[in-house]
Amino acid sequence: MTAPNTKRSIRQRLLVMLLFSSALTGILLYFVMQSVFQQIAQETQDNILAASAISILDSARVSRGEISVDLPYSALSMLDRVTDERAFYSIRLDDEFLSGYDNLPRSIDFADADMTFQSAAYLGQDIRIAATRRSFSIDNKQAFLEVSVAQTLTGVNLALARISRISLSVGLGFFALSAVMALLIARSTIRPLQSLTESVSRRGPSDLRPVAAPVPSEMAPLVVSLNNLMARLKKSLARSEDFIAEAAHRVRTPLAIVRTQAEITLRRVEKEENRRAVREMIRAIDESSRTAGQLLDHAMVTFRTDNLSSEVIKLHELISETVERSQPISDLKEIPVRILHLDPIEITGDRILFQSAFHNVLDNAIKYSSSGKVVDVSLEIADGGFEIIVSDSGPGFSETDRGTLLERFERGENADTVVGSGLGLTIADEVVRAHGGTITLSNNSGGGACVTLSFPSD
Amino acid sequence: MRNLVLSLGLICFSTLANAFEIEDRAVFGPDGSDQVLRIISTADISFFEPMIQSYLADNDVVRVDYTVASSSEVMRAVLNEQQPFDLAISSAMDLQTKLANDGMALPHASDLTQGLPNWAVWNEMVFAFTQEPAAFVISNAAFADLPVPENRQELINTLRQNPEIFEGRVGTYDIRSSGSGYLFATQDARASDTYWRLTEVMGTLDPQLYCCTSSMIDDVVSGDLAIVYNVLASYAEQREDSDAFTIILPSDFSIVMLRTMLIPTTSENPELAAEFLDFVLAQTFPDGNSPLLRSEVLDTASEESLHRIALGPGLLVYLDQFKSRNFIAEWESSILQE
Repeated sequence: MTAPNTKRSIRQRLLVMLLFSSALTGILLYFVMQSVFQQIAQETQDNILAASAISILDSARVSRGEISVDLPYSALSMLDRVTDERAFYSIRLDDEFLSGYDNLPRSIDFADADMTFQSAAYLGQDIRIAATRRSFSIDNKQAFLEVSVAQTLTGVNLALARISRISLSVGLGFFALSAVMALLIARSTIRPLQSLTESVSRRGPSDLRPVAAPVPSEMAPLVVSLNNLMARLKKSLARSEDFIAEAAHRVRTPLAIVRTQAEITLRRVEKEENRRAVREMIRAIDESSRTAGQLLDHAMVTFRTDNLSSEVIKLHELISETVERSQPISDLKEIPVRILHLDPIEITGDRILFQSAFHNVLDNAIKYSSSGKVVDVSLEIADGGFEIIVSDSGPGFSETDRGTLLERFERGENADTVVGSGLGLTIADEVVRAHGGTITLSNNSGGGACVTLSFPSD
Repeated sequence: MRNLVLSLGLICFSTLANAFEIEDRAVFGPDGSDQVLRIISTADISFFEPMIQSYLADNDVVRVDYTVASSSEVMRAVLNEQQPFDLAISSAMDLQTKLANDGMALPHASDLTQGLPNWAVWNEMVFAFTQEPAAFVISNAAFADLPVPENRQELINTLRQNPEIFEGRVGTYDIRSSGSGYLFATQDARASDTYWRLTEVMGTLDPQLYCCTSSMIDDVVSGDLAIVYNVLASYAEQREDSDAFTIILPSDFSIVMLRTMLIPTTSENPELAAEFLDFVLAQTFPDGNSPLLRSEVLDTASEESLHRIALGPGLLVYLDQFKSRNFIAEWESSILQE
């Protein structure tokens, strides 16, 4: 089988995409949180500065044509309640400086707002300035009293550092959580595909039934195609089996006629070399007709394993009947078949298939034994099931054969002189497997082959 | 130990291009050392000398140049004239805060400053190293037949009921000429309304106004005064003639002034300044009672009644020209009653 041409796994691709998107979301979350909290921190500071500026403005009075500002203690002390902050203020009447820090940056433009805020650098530090103003009537002239209050950013920077830490850990936490989720999602997405793969690869080689297990709708077209492919395959297999069976059948009948004619001829021919030639001919005809028979058998087995009938079989009776039926051949070759052990066992299965399998194994044993040797058959209860053991005194299996003998048309290395098609063990194997059993080929310690058909009990 | 002490006159120094006025100067430590720590301080040489000597005992290569000036001159030297002093020590908390607020102080952080109580440090720039409560000092002779006032209300009652004893014999700071007096008065007024009532009552008794604690106590000892209000208790405690008077920390609340240090940005040797600053803090904390000024009244006072003046921008409020003008005007109308 050639390895499929793969291009990265779906799971990997899904995982990469999910991780990428959660990383993106995590980063986004970090920046959004950061900017929102930054804004809140800035607004909080602005509010305090505004309150301070307003409280100073509120303390302004006009008395005897002069403006006087009674700076409230809290106006500046409130600015470093939580963290130590440097604080600055300036009070102006229009452009005339009245009190505080003369060079504190002024509000550029009030426009219509009562309150403006700006950030600036002052005396070597970054500060935030709030400015407010109100018009006063002094000597019948309107003048704006402008109050600016400023503060260093120690507290805000501390808050920002904390916010940054929190945002970072929220972003990272989110990413970690989504990574775990991504892993789970990727795994669960791929699961139906895996289970389909498993169910298909778990099947026996001849199991071409359509996939019936429910699959996600996205996979339905694949399963439909797969089922169609298998149906076509099955059909084409059946057609070729049919073809082989038909061919074998067509060949067998003429072969029988040819054989009969050959035997008649043999009786008439007297010259030894001619007789030998005819005998060779008969042997070849036998081989051909046997192959045709086995091909038919095999086609039958293939057909029946697909449509397994289940009936109760008395296995011990089946075995003794089959042994009896092979009596003519074994007598002819002078190979006695002994039944060593026969436990009464009943199983549910296909009687004809069982018979065919056992017959093929027994036939092989007789075929490969030389005359005068014995073939032993036994049926006995074994660990968690039962075994049918057929052992002969022939040449046995060679080491290299064992793996390949179960394939179609494979014959043993030492079978050259014996008539055979190479289908006997294949048939037995297919039947045994159709019934959930296994076939084991081994050699007896004293020489000779031993074939064991093991079945689990139902 | 004291290798060299220079006490030079004011005139001599003002000719040396120093526009700010100095009151006294002393130099400690070896001649020609390149490790010179220049301190400008409001504290007398005799007051601060033990601290310098104990520092020099462990650091004998350091030379300390100690200049005494008034608090406003300390401010002027550092802020206006940018004199290269390494350490500015002053009892004027408002001016020290203003120096730091105006960016004239270097921040300093060490293991020691981390452990300071919150009230003793501002912005890692201003560090307190003494606590000096304001108290009443009464003449024992004058109060022989009178109950001793424990708080401001009792003092008001005593003054009201005995004008014949107290007429012309009540003393307090002239807040127009004394920075400490102004600081105490403003904090007093901020803490309670009784301050203004007390000032009014004192105003009816032809009060004597002073520049400094020492002359007030001198006059109590001499018998010219029966009572003085808002004087530095720690200073009074150090007097040798203290059996002539009694120091009372008012039980309602006592304003506590903190003497503070800062390292000016003009310092030429800030590492040495920081080392010395840590040394002074180590002598004072964790209990907060300076060895320079072991005060029994401070030790025995209840923590709740101690009203430490908070370092911070709040102090700038009373430096505002409008604010100080208004405050002094109000004070004058109460105390002078013209």
